[in-house]
Amino acid sequence: MLLIPCPHCGVRPETEFVYGGDATVRRPDPKTASLDAWAAYIYERDNPKGPHTELWLHASGCHSWLVVERDTVTHAIGQVRQARDAAS
Amino acid sequence: MSAFRDRYSFPALVRHAISGHKRWKPAIRHPEPKPRYDAIVVGGGGHGLATAYYLAKLHGLTNVAVLERGWIGGGNTGRNTTIVRSNYLLEPNAHFYEHSLKLWEGLSADLNFNVMFSQRSVINTCHTPGEMEATMRRYNALRLYGIDAEFLDRAALARRVPDMNLGRDARWPILGALSQPRGGVARHDAVAWGFARGADNRGVDIIQNCEVTGFQRGADGRVTGVLTTRGPIASDKVGVAVAGHSGHVMGLAGMRLPIESHLLQAFVSEPVKPFLDVVVSTGALHFYISQTDKGEVLLGGGLDGYNSYGQRGTMPNIHEVTAAAIEMFPNISRLKWMRQWAGVMDMTMDGSPIIGKTPIPGLFFDGGWCYGGFKATPASGWCFAHTIATGEPHPLNAAFTLDRFGRSAVIDEKGAGPYPKAH
Repeated sequence: MLLIPCPHCGVRPETEFVYGGDATVRRPDPKTASLDAWAAYIYERDNPKGPHTELWLHASGCHSWLVVERDTVTHAIGQVRQARDAAS
Repeated sequence: MSAFRDRYSFPALVRHAISGHKRWKPAIRHPEPKPRYDAIVVGGGGHGLATAYYLAKLHGLTNVAVLERGWIGGGNTGRNTTIVRSNYLLEPNAHFYEHSLKLWEGLSADLNFNVMFSQRSVINTCHTPGEMEATMRRYNALRLYGIDAEFLDRAALARRVPDMNLGRDARWPILGALSQPRGGVARHDAVAWGFARGADNRGVDIIQNCEVTGFQRGADGRVTGVLTTRGPIASDKVGVAVAGHSGHVMGLAGMRLPIESHLLQAFVSEPVKPFLDVVVSTGALHFYISQTDKGEVLLGGGLDGYNSYGQRGTMPNIHEVTAAAIEMFPNISRLKWMRQWAGVMDMTMDGSPIIGKTPIPGLFFDGGWCYGGFKATPASGWCFAHTIATGEPHPLNAAFTLDRFGRSAVIDEKGAGPYPKAH
């Protein structure tokens, strides 16, 4: 069981959360982005073996989108921030 | 040279019995890597070994090395739930997997190695009227492709799978099912060993404990070889078949892939007497079940749902799959789970695999098998060998290109969109 420390609700089990994927992907500027840049944004991922910055929605809790640092080999969870704060 | 140094047969068994079974030769050699090969296959799982086998058998390329980080068949080949079927809706998938099923049907004879392919029917149950319609559509598509399929109503299902809970008061009542009678299961380890032996006997070097740590490139960008933990090895053609770790290995060549790595778990119970002689799966309840030759009940379900290379799953999925299984087969409720494990799945952005060329000349890629890799093993190797040997894909894998994503030519069997965990 992954235990994710939600900044609002405390440590909660993974079943309360919905996974949102790689949090480092950035939507390109639609005015200037090439088709290749759009394809990379939609389809390509770094998919690292090790530390991964990812989005989780606390769907059965405060309903915040969170940015979680998690290791994809050990599953150890590091820093958890609100997505709002991480984006700014 | 003779095709097999030690052909397995009844007379051979008798002959070796007389000599006390002390003169069987090892099935494969353990050679030192040569400095150069005509082609290198990275990954000694079923797909890589099948690729080497068909390169040697069908394309006359025998100066070939298979480089395996650990031991052959030790990754997802040894971790899957051994289901073989070809009941796909979309045309590229249907033709590719049907070719694979046809190869399965002749594989034991072709390899002179019993892969224990058992065509016992794969049955997908339907639980809602919408699912009945979608499944009937798939049934019709299969019949148009010339692939065997049967639609079973509740009475037929009760006769075929007597232990299934067909009660109207079930939590998710079963309305009908799609069956593919030619589908079934095979012995996963035997597939790796059979392809390895067949390739080795045709001259392929299978080099274990040899991890690829980088790619060598020429001035024009072409691949000229690989760097390994056992030294550099040169080759103008390198095929990568390391599904589960595709992103990791292709990252060594500087490539990003339309792939995330996810966990898929499986479990077996304590062994019991035979009660289930088909494979049953359900998309609605997210699980599939079969009984192994040892009598264990073998279960799998959906993905754990987050990026992972951990090769182990967590409890919520075990709970969900177990609850679904007991719902559909109440008579297994008192069995104990004996083992649980997880494999690392290459989940692509459209749920279909990638077999073909890459933007780097001389570098070929076979991966993104999601959770359908085992059944694809023979056709994957067959198509990948063709692609490596000729430099161009075969019509059977022409749609499974790496660049299809940028061209919006995705093959999205489930219609789930670019969300790897949803396929």
